[in-house]
Amino acid sequence: MTFSPADLTAIWLTLKLATCVTLLLLLVGTPLAWWLANTHSRWKSPVSAVVALPIVLPPSVLGFYLLVFMGPNGPLGELTQALGLGVLPFTFSGLVLASVVYSLPFVVQPIQNAIEAFGQRPLEVAATLRAGPLDRFFSVVLPQARPGLLTAAVLGFAHTVGEFGVVLMIGGNIPGETQVVSVQIYDHVEALDYAGAHSLSLLMVVFSFVVLFALYAFNPRAVLGTGVK
Amino acid sequence: MNEILARLRLDYPQFNLDVDVSMPGRGVTALFGHSGSGKTSLLRCIAGLERAGRGELRFNGELWQAEKVFVPPHKRPIGYVFQEASLFSHLSALGNLEYAVKRAPRQVERPIAFDQAVELLGIGGLLERRPHQLSGGERQRVAIARALLIQPRLLLMDEPLAALDLPRKLEILPYLEGLKRELELPIIYVSHAADEVARLADYLVAMEDGRAVATGTLADTLSRLDFPLHLGEEAGVVLEGMVAERDREWKLARVIFDGGEVWLRDGGHAVHSEVRVRILARDISLAKERQQDSSIVNALPATVAQVTTDEHAGLALVRLEVKDPQTGECSFLVSRVTRRSAHLLGLAPGTPIWAQIKSVAVI
Repeated sequence: MTFSPADLTAIWLTLKLATCVTLLLLLVGTPLAWWLANTHSRWKSPVSAVVALPIVLPPSVLGFYLLVFMGPNGPLGELTQALGLGVLPFTFSGLVLASVVYSLPFVVQPIQNAIEAFGQRPLEVAATLRAGPLDRFFSVVLPQARPGLLTAAVLGFAHTVGEFGVVLMIGGNIPGETQVVSVQIYDHVEALDYAGAHSLSLLMVVFSFVVLFALYAFNPRAVLGTGVK
Repeated sequence: MNEILARLRLDYPQFNLDVDVSMPGRGVTALFGHSGSGKTSLLRCIAGLERAGRGELRFNGELWQAEKVFVPPHKRPIGYVFQEASLFSHLSALGNLEYAVKRAPRQVERPIAFDQAVELLGIGGLLERRPHQLSGGERQRVAIARALLIQPRLLLMDEPLAALDLPRKLEILPYLEGLKRELELPIIYVSHAADEVARLADYLVAMEDGRAVATGTLADTLSRLDFPLHLGEEAGVVLEGMVAERDREWKLARVIFDGGEVWLRDGGHAVHSEVRVRILARDISLAKERQQDSSIVNALPATVAQVTTDEHAGLALVRLEVKDPQTGECSFLVSRVTRRSAHLLGLAPGTPIWAQIKSVAVI
């Protein structure tokens, strides 16, 4: 099993992408999960549905709309251009943003389930111990939801490593910028370099197995396809 | 202004709470009633965990809730003990106590020291353990210590013993009495158990269908024949007394109370110590003459104050006044006899009668 310099660049890029995406997802997903777990707002159902969309939509559909949204004439594209940032498609940042949207349900739902599982009681207890809302979030919600957060982080990371369709739509195939492992494998196959494709594919299989094995060993109740409760 | 005023309405589809009560801002006030009577809802409103739609709530003059005022629970100077285990599972017993210590207000008149709380609840040996390594009773003791360490000015307890079996309950009760004795902390105690209330409460708010149906001192409310909650076998009075004498030979102690005295088993209480005795209505029989040849130790001359029919039409409840002719001090007892006996004895207000007390318990 050997890796070309281009393979190594792709591996490194994939790890960098997955790390950035996972951190952003935890940052965005945790408050969102918290809100979804506690709100009685009429927005709860529509927001839940939007968060879950990436589970059912083909990546090409998601990628297509993200491309339009971030493109030169899309709302986000106009904003980024006005800010002097250029446009996001075919850049690493664009890929990060698209991946965050794509993997959001895999992060929000485990956290939301964990928060719903421990219920209101610990929060009421904390309130009678003079903990304000923010204090309660950090001193009770985060530690109590830890198994859910861990599952969410692992799933978010693994899911980002495994994406292909959205990357092709948004990022194309630029070495060192958007050429991740899954795309590199596709390239190898196109070029009939089956040995190269095999090395990277086997790496992906081993990586995914180890991650999932660790997840189940650590947290036997973790449910994949966690998508839908 | 040492009082808690609650005028609250809470409307749920299945249940309404509608109370207007004033509770003393010291001692133990029991919110007493059957399950579903609204006592826990009232307690949660006082804590601010439930927001009553309308009403007003004042604690020792401070406004906690009014039309446009709602002090959230984390800004109220309360401690709260929940019915079932409420320790944070991600922290050890010590971690749970420290959670409170860290958040307790700095300026407190008479702060409860960490060691004092640990000692009062007897949890010194449990601090390193995780909640799941503690028994139900131990968990509840840690939870009580935690509620004290937030340095509350009002302690709210929601049936803290209800989830425990009898031995665990008997294990905790002395700690609660210690709390009451050692700390000058007003406590509101929710319970449906007459024996707990008799042991702990000074003041009683009886709840039924979301309403406060009787309020008053424990001695007054329990000796009322029209007490609205049916206590059945638990009907009886509680008297505050003092050990006046201990008879070494017969192992008996004489306890005096306003207007009378009783002999009971010497429970080891020192002379002059204050004790609370409970006399159940079913344990008092009545006689026209003093019985000389009887095993009954305690016979008190009394006057009938009131007679009513009990829940069962065959039984009558008789309220008796026991009075010291010299000092004029008096107490009330309640006796339950058959209605036939009441008729044969000609019981009516003013009738002099001997109250023969079969059994008295120090509680």
